[in-house]
Amino acid sequence: MDFPLLSTLIWLPITGGILVLLIGDRRSGLTRWTALGVSVATFVASVPLFSEFDRTTAAMQFVERASWIERYSVEYFLGVDGVSMPLILLTTFVTVLVVVAGWEVIRQRPSQYFAAFLIMEGVMNGVFASLDAMLFYVFWEAMLIPMFIIIGIWGGERRIYATLKFFLYTFLGSVLMLVALIYLYMRSGSYSIAAFHDFPLGLREQVLIFVAFLTAFAVKVPMWPVHTWLPDAHVEAPTGGSVILAAIMLKMGGYGFLRFSLPITPDASMTLDWLVIGLSLIAVVYIGFVALVQNDMKKLIAYSSIAHMGFVTLGFFLAYAIMRRTGSLTGAVMGIEGGMIQMVSHGLISGALFLCVGVLYDRMHSRKISDYGGVANTMPTFAALLVFFAMANAGLPGTSGFVGEFLVILASFRAQPWYAFLAATTLILGAAYTLWMVKRVVFGEVANDNVAGLEDLTRREALVLGVLAVSVLLLGLWPAPLLEVMGPTIDHLVELMTRSKL
Amino acid sequence: MQQVLLTIVLAPLVASVVAGLFGAYVGRKGAHWLTILGVAVSFVLSTWVLRGLLVGDLAPFNDTVYTWGISDGVHMAVGFLVDRLSATMMVVVTFVSLMVHIYTIGYMHDDPGYQRFFSYISLFTFSMLMLVMANNFLQLFFGWEAVGLVSYLLIGFWFTRPTAIHANLKAFLVNRVGDFGFLLGIAAVLFYTGTLDYAEVFAAAPAIAGETIEIFSGRPWAAPTLICLLLFVGAMGKSAQVPLHVWLPDSMEGPTPISALIHAATMVTAGIFMVARMSPLFELSPTALSVVLVIGATTALFMGLLGLVQNDIKRVVAYSTLSQLGYMTVALGASAYAAGIFHLGTHAFFKALLFLAAGSVIIGMHHEQDIRRMGGLRRYMPITYWTALLGSLALIGFPGFSGFFSKDAIIEAVHASTIPGAGYAHACVLIGVFVTALYTFRMFFLVFHGSERMDEHVRAHLKESSLVVTAPLVLLAIPSVVIGWMAMEPVLFGQYFGQALMVSSERDVLAAVGSHGTDPAYFLVHGLTAPPFLLAMAGVFVAWWLYLYRPAMAPAIAERFRWIQGILVNKYYFDEVNEKALAPAVRALGQGLWRFGDQRLIDGAIVNGSARFIGWLSGVIRRLQSGYLYHYAFAMILGLAGMLGWLLMKG
Amino acid sequence: MIGVAHYLTLAGLLFALSVAGIFLNRKNVIILLMCIELMLLAVNFNFITLSRFLGDAAGQVFVFFILTVAAAESAIGLAILVVLFRSRRSINVEELDSMKG
Repeated sequence: MDFPLLSTLIWLPITGGILVLLIGDRRSGLTRWTALGVSVATFVASVPLFSEFDRTTAAMQFVERASWIERYSVEYFLGVDGVSMPLILLTTFVTVLVVVAGWEVIRQRPSQYFAAFLIMEGVMNGVFASLDAMLFYVFWEAMLIPMFIIIGIWGGERRIYATLKFFLYTFLGSVLMLVALIYLYMRSGSYSIAAFHDFPLGLREQVLIFVAFLTAFAVKVPMWPVHTWLPDAHVEAPTGGSVILAAIMLKMGGYGFLRFSLPITPDASMTLDWLVIGLSLIAVVYIGFVALVQNDMKKLIAYSSIAHMGFVTLGFFLAYAIMRRTGSLTGAVMGIEGGMIQMVSHGLISGALFLCVGVLYDRMHSRKISDYGGVANTMPTFAALLVFFAMANAGLPGTSGFVGEFLVILASFRAQPWYAFLAATTLILGAAYTLWMVKRVVFGEVANDNVAGLEDLTRREALVLGVLAVSVLLLGLWPAPLLEVMGPTIDHLVELMTRSKL
Repeated sequence: MQQVLLTIVLAPLVASVVAGLFGAYVGRKGAHWLTILGVAVSFVLSTWVLRGLLVGDLAPFNDTVYTWGISDGVHMAVGFLVDRLSATMMVVVTFVSLMVHIYTIGYMHDDPGYQRFFSYISLFTFSMLMLVMANNFLQLFFGWEAVGLVSYLLIGFWFTRPTAIHANLKAFLVNRVGDFGFLLGIAAVLFYTGTLDYAEVFAAAPAIAGETIEIFSGRPWAAPTLICLLLFVGAMGKSAQVPLHVWLPDSMEGPTPISALIHAATMVTAGIFMVARMSPLFELSPTALSVVLVIGATTALFMGLLGLVQNDIKRVVAYSTLSQLGYMTVALGASAYAAGIFHLGTHAFFKALLFLAAGSVIIGMHHEQDIRRMGGLRRYMPITYWTALLGSLALIGFPGFSGFFSKDAIIEAVHASTIPGAGYAHACVLIGVFVTALYTFRMFFLVFHGSERMDEHVRAHLKESSLVVTAPLVLLAIPSVVIGWMAMEPVLFGQYFGQALMVSSERDVLAAVGSHGTDPAYFLVHGLTAPPFLLAMAGVFVAWWLYLYRPAMAPAIAERFRWIQGILVNKYYFDEVNEKALAPAVRALGQGLWRFGDQRLIDGAIVNGSARFIGWLSGVIRRLQSGYLYHYAFAMILGLAGMLGWLLMKG
Repeated sequence: MIGVAHYLTLAGLLFALSVAGIFLNRKNVIILLMCIELMLLAVNFNFITLSRFLGDAAGQVFVFFILTVAAAESAIGLAILVVLFRSRRSINVEELDSMKG
């Protein structure tokens, strides 16, 4: 690859963000169009990533490598494989939608708002594309800043509490990861992640490193019991912030497990897989019950996100249990692929659901379920889309929400039927909390005068939600292309994570 | 062939999408013509396929349409398996669906959601076809859940009614409980056979017969038993078997055409179809068959009993549906799969007929559904009356009607069966015959005969429904009467289903039933002297006695046996337990986990607790910061002295 | 004969006096400044003594440095004092506790 595609994906939106910032709020029309142009350009630029992707190899592609801080052998080292490429596409895709969704809604400091999202897009692409641990870490932490600002400035009433909680939680985890990365550097003499993969480590070191990584990634995913920042952050964040948070930022945790924990500390992962599986199942069941009794729509979706992300971590760590029970690795790849698809699909579905809540919030300035009722009478198009996304969230076959859960449940049965049993309760719980909310919000007689005065979706909103609906449907009816892209990478990953380093 | 099959499936889908998304453009006429056209195309082509398969022009089709995904070497695809079993289902589904489409023009005439309704029922037809035509578990599950979705949408079609949106949520959730088991069953299938394709699974099935699995430690289960029981949980949800039946009566909140199409004729029979389709698996596990048999028998009798105390015309028919589904399940449990599918087919016709007739009555009565306020409608609605009579006779199994052959075959098959539970099941289905006749004719007499109990205003407007309503009634009445006579011999005793159904020789009860004679005439003669016929006649007689001859007796009896009446009216308290114990318990658990686990323990104690701890610690340390220079200077001196001292001590 | 020990004792006494002055003084900031000066002087005394007895001129160079710094410091200190007095109308040490935690 001659053209530095990945650098473009990182620096184009960041530059664009700065440009938007310079244009300022006076010419808000220009600001918006510039932001849209930049995000669309980035998305278009990311398409070759998919079309030109070599589906037969697990090797890194679109590699760019240059020295950055020679003294500590830190490199500017970028590349993607089948795991990170779909996530980059998800990022560029969702960012466009977020920009469109914030079009007229954001009246306060629009230029800074759009700039924050563009800069964040670049940084998030950087996280997924980095193959140098220090570069990764820089992007990883840099990502917190725009999100901190987005929640802190455009957030709801308790935004200060939420931002602080969000920041401290994620920061605490990341610092431990930094320690682990520096340790690995001191041992191996390089920050290259690929070098970490091959570097032999004793079990004690592996366990410590694993725990450090786990803290960082578990907070991000988030896994029970370090999940409580998420409902608060979601509730207080503006719609766009919630969308990015749910759609992309949570995926960083899952991505981290695949890129760091499993291949770098395979033996520790094997020793401690019960911990992750246990926490994942708790997330699925426990959080399912908690989501049932929420009376704030955003909180409900936030909790549902945690439950769905439980499937991701569950799928990732099934390999060892499968190996112990059946003696073969059949099913391990399916679990990880299921987790990956669940990540992408959850990005689309939860993003869509937050946008739906945003649509209502913009009109009624309330997120409380009890303030609504009978919305279908006044907003039929919106109601249809909401029911669709709710069904997708409940894992209806034919939508993307089903694919990941299906694969993970199939794989977990190989590991232990009880895992599958507990995981499958989401079929009931997920439907219960989602559809109960839909029933109370959308169906019934018009509940009050505010609902009676609601207007249906504007074209802009319908466009955003429609595009998401189509992609959810497409991914649900035909996940083969995505599975094909991930296949070799995940085969290779399973090989790495089952090769002892002792 | 593949193009034909694709057309069959896609025609309703396309019609549905157009009617749904562009309903405003195509208009009401456009919506119903388009969807009717779509379903008609499917029906004609399905008939062609079935005929081809029966005559032998066409070979059974089993191929992949497109690859859904390949994960870990498991090939997951969307594909069709069309043999005589699925072709039969396709014809039944598309025929009833077509009738319901036509009928809907009349029934939903004034409804503002006209296009939406047509879109939904066409979508349903598509989903159901996907289900029956599947050649693998993935697509089966897709169809399975898709019909559940459409059922959800249709029960809640009138989404402003609180009862309707309660019922649709309930229906979806109860079905999800079934699907929960079903999905685990699919996972078990994949675990043992390594594939999701029917043909490959069935080929591998004999090999797993000996495998065991320890679900609870120390208690090995046979793998086929586990698989079949899990799959059957799914069937219990969809086909409304005890205890997952609770959603079906409530689903009557949906418009009547839906009750006929989805909640009587097709969707609820998906479970029956699935078990029959999985016969090569179920035949491996006598334990699972016994469970199926007992659950089916319980449903057949006890749900029938509930029909006796219902006063809503649709609910009577709904409980009748539950009971008849029980009969089909019993047939499956007794390994008489062909009889189960046969009853499925005949039931689809006469139950759809009864529902549509009930709908016709409801239209005539201006949406009054209480049979206590009807009576004497015979004179006002002759076509409805006669078709309903034919349907009722078919339902109670009057000799010669379609229901007679299918139901008698089931009863005989259970009688011949020797697996555990067969005795109980036989008793249940026999008593069930009496109960069926009683509730059916109770309803029939109360609606069409006796005194006219409606108010003047309604009576003044009573008239027969329009042609679009009555035509489907007549068209459904024909197969309700004759299909049994025509199809009985090949379906039950011939090779009608070919290789689609598998029965192991030691449990081939239908062969035992047919050992004396297999032609309908023999059955007819035999049936006239057999207990089921006498029981049915007794039921009709009792109904006549109680509700026409001595109308005062029914309340007196009810008064005398008040406690039984209480149990029946409260539907064995299933709903009470679910709504007053289970649902609140789940919510309380959720509240508890949230308030205590999340808010108190994690957020309160750990997260905010650590913040509070830091605060407290700072509070202690701040006392050192007096702000006076001389304190700081003193501290410096002390520090200096301490360090000097340390240096000196160290030497 | 007055030896090194006497000089150093004198310096130590001066230093101790100034230290005591710093934290016993509760009244006037100027006294604090004077105590600091005295402390520096005590240190200077040590420097000169040892420089003389060890025959190393570097110690005396240091003294000049310290004197310069001390002068600068007291100038700044007094300037701060003036500003402080202007804003608080007091240079009473007891009242200067705005650094209290």
